[in-house]
Amino acid sequence: MSEAAKPAPKAAGRAGRNTELPEHLKSYKGVWVFIEHDRGQVNPVSWELMGEARKLADTLKVDVAGVLLGGPDEPLDAFAKEAYAYGADRCYLMRDPVLKGYRNEPFTKGLTDLVNTHQPEIMLLGASAMGRDLAGSVATTLGTGLTADCTELNIDGRALAATRPTFGGSLLCTIMTLAYRPQMATVRPRVMSLPRRDDSRSGDIVEMPLGMIETDVVTKLLEFIPDASRNTVNLAYADVIVSGGKGLKKAENFQLVWELARVLGAEVGATRAVVQAGWADAERQVGQTGKTVRPKLYIAAGISGAIQHRVGMEGSDVIIAINTDPNAPIFDVAHFGIVGNAMQVLPSLTQAMRTHLDKRIRKTA
Amino acid sequence: MHIVVCIKQVPDSAQIRVHPVTNTIMRQGVPAIVNPYDLFALEEALRLKDRFGGRVTALCMGPPQAEESLRKCVSFGATDAILVTDRAFAGADTLATSYALAAAIRKIGAEQAVDLVFTGKQTIDGDTAQVGPGVAKRLGMNLLTYVSRIDAVDLDTRRLTVERRAEGGVQRLDTTLPALITMLEGTNEMRFASLDDMLRAGRFHVRKWNKEDAGIEDLGKIGLKGSPTIVSKVFGPTPRSEKADMQIVADTSVQDVTINLIQKLFTKHPLLEEQLVERLSA
Repeated sequence: MSEAAKPAPKAAGRAGRNTELPEHLKSYKGVWVFIEHDRGQVNPVSWELMGEARKLADTLKVDVAGVLLGGPDEPLDAFAKEAYAYGADRCYLMRDPVLKGYRNEPFTKGLTDLVNTHQPEIMLLGASAMGRDLAGSVATTLGTGLTADCTELNIDGRALAATRPTFGGSLLCTIMTLAYRPQMATVRPRVMSLPRRDDSRSGDIVEMPLGMIETDVVTKLLEFIPDASRNTVNLAYADVIVSGGKGLKKAENFQLVWELARVLGAEVGATRAVVQAGWADAERQVGQTGKTVRPKLYIAAGISGAIQHRVGMEGSDVIIAINTDPNAPIFDVAHFGIVGNAMQVLPSLTQAMRTHLDKRIRKTA
Repeated sequence: MHIVVCIKQVPDSAQIRVHPVTNTIMRQGVPAIVNPYDLFALEEALRLKDRFGGRVTALCMGPPQAEESLRKCVSFGATDAILVTDRAFAGADTLATSYALAAAIRKIGAEQAVDLVFTGKQTIDGDTAQVGPGVAKRLGMNLLTYVSRIDAVDLDTRRLTVERRAEGGVQRLDTTLPALITMLEGTNEMRFASLDDMLRAGRFHVRKWNKEDAGIEDLGKIGLKGSPTIVSKVFGPTPRSEKADMQIVADTSVQDVTINLIQKLFTKHPLLEEQLVERLSA
């Protein structure tokens, strides 16, 4: 009897875990992207993921599919066309009044049913408020592995190798789901670049009913209150960002960051310490626990460059760092560095930029 | 009203250093703290307790020393504290963690029915934001993530109205109890621990539950065994070879440094200058 109780040596993987893909999951094929949309707009992170999905699918020699869930009066067909242009071969659609406006319960049911019916091997979602809410629920329902906030996706053997920062970005780890399908991963906006659009590409649509009615759904969406457009901070997609850290010493000094930002037409970013101190709103936080940004120009003032901040901004095209400590880690990722007091350098830089740009603007006018 | 608040003890990531040669985390001297996002969850739960009466049970899964973090929750005003701790839980990923926490909450609910479960929006060490949704799913509770405000709670009709942060706006959602809420940061301010509560926390008996106490039924669903994800590689970030172009203010006047910087910046990146000028002229 003891013989039977022992696991077969082949099935026992690392630390006695099963790392072999069971027979019934071997037929799972294809790479899916959950296409996130709201009020007539697709979240660009879905197209960024489509580019990654295309690369993974080409390595695996399988198809890419987009998944679109929404109300009957939402432009899902137009979104599907866009999905083909960004690399999808097919779109799975669910149209139902219950799916108008995101809610966890019907979306979890819809996506779970689609997965169980059409069996993809990989499913990617944006690490947004919607994507994270949905991914956690769907992965738990399916009992499969989910890796959050990946910064790199590769194929190792036939499995997804998903790399993500860990311990606040001090280390990177590669995570795999070997014995379960689909392999799920989320990626934050702006981590992957937007693929080139090819409008000559086309694909086919597979529709499936949701099989749920409004009275089945407990949670009701009472209203959607859009952010007043003037106050919206779209840090992730900003072209120029001026960020401040604790090196500015006092809340009042954070004003210097705003002044330079005004001259450059830039957004204002902040470190976690600054947000915790209440000098800036949480939505301005750049870093592992805040936003990932990749502007054309990033100016870091009084920021030492804790790893958790660096992982959120090191993808910027040009980085200027200002810090009193010549050994501050921020200078390891900077292209231009000024060793000096940010309280002194910022006003000077603001003045010099204003003079320089005014001259250039007058020349072009 | 009975509220369970899930918290995690995490290393203060601002103070983590990685050994430059071995690429391992140097944990010595790194203080352990209550995951800062969980404090917004705890405060919100305490406010509901202040309004409606009842109990707040703080729940944590972790090593024995996580007891300190639970004591901290008691000092802020949590009624009860339970630490789920067992070697069998080690190596759990988010799926296995949500299984264990859900089992413990069911067990807590057997003592007194649970109306609400709170978690922070994510942890600062794992950052996944997956455990809250996982626990809700396993308990069949209505899930409300990234909640920025609790508008109304009606214990008679058992209805709950909240505001939830979404992309580009706020959703107002209405649901029924029991529900699981993941609380957004910056939504409230943690109270100061009162002297009475601090004294109480010091001598408080934190209940420690092993896997049997926590009501774990399927041992294949906890710890490393219950975790579908496998960490296949851990490595340090590759340092960039390119060095920054450095200037030191002490060597020359700050005006010279900034003017010099602008010259160098736009000489090397003329396109950036063009884009800036174009945008500012518009």
